Amino acid sequence: MASLWEYANPLKFMRTTERILPAVSALAALCLVGGLVWGFFFTPDDFRQGSTVKIFYIHVPSAMMAVNIWVMMLVTSLVWIIRRHHVSALAARAAAPIGAVMTVIALFTGAVWGQPMWGTWWAWDPRLTSFLILFLFYLGYIALWAAIEDDDTAADLTSVLCLVGSVFALLSRYAVNFWNQGLHQGASLSLDKEENVADVFWYPALVCIAGFILLFVALVIVRTNTEIRARRMRALLARERGADA
Amino acid sequence: MPDLGKYALEVLSAYGVSLVLIVGIVLLSVARSRRVRAELEAVEARRQRNG
Repeated sequence: MASLWEYANPLKFMRTTERILPAVSALAALCLVGGLVWGFFFTPDDFRQGSTVKIFYIHVPSAMMAVNIWVMMLVTSLVWIIRRHHVSALAARAAAPIGAVMTVIALFTGAVWGQPMWGTWWAWDPRLTSFLILFLFYLGYIALWAAIEDDDTAADLTSVLCLVGSVFALLSRYAVNFWNQGLHQGASLSLDKEENVADVFWYPALVCIAGFILLFVALVIVRTNTEIRARRMRALLARERGADA
Repeated sequence: MPDLGKYALEVLSAYGVSLVLIVGIVLLSVARSRRVRAELEAVEARRQRNG
């Protein structure tokens, strides 16, 4: 079996990922459209929350992705720090804007769901607040990459920022378990079937979660390969400038 | 279209904004991918021409 580290070679990474990209993209579209149509059109209203329960099919997967994308960035940043594989650092860079979009979706859908259910768009609740800080970390991470010209220095500094931001990524996931105060309820989905929402909501939610995960994989492939090409282009242009000088 | 009752605005705005953001990042990612690929090909072709 091929070693995982073979994919540290940019050409091998691009060749392999571009081969699987069409299948991943098609599956992502199928699961996203299927799950959202199922949830929106073919599930009943909740007896207490009415039709707002339909927001669940976007809010929960996007919030899960917002946290887990940061965890993926943490892993790839650690690989960069320890093994200095450029593909790894570029994958973290590629993932950040997707994570930021997922965080905005989770915050927005949470606000429009919270207004009718809690009577407020926003509360300084532990989970909401840590999510907002996670969003600011995403913005800071993206800005730091853009602000530093040297790729390796940018990868070093953003990796450190990623390590620090991981505290808030984990807090936003577990805040409701640490603190009891706050409006946000505990996890709606769990591997423990007893804690789950009813099956009629659970199955379409699972399809939506699969769709969000596959969408992320497809996007991160496209964006990482773009970053690899952009890095090669910068290196070639720098060599040309050096030869001209 | 299901009857969303008094929460129609909340539900539709949640779906609408989310879909716009998702489609937006997909389109931006694909557009940048095409642009960078074309630019790199141009730079590599120029380097080959110039030896």
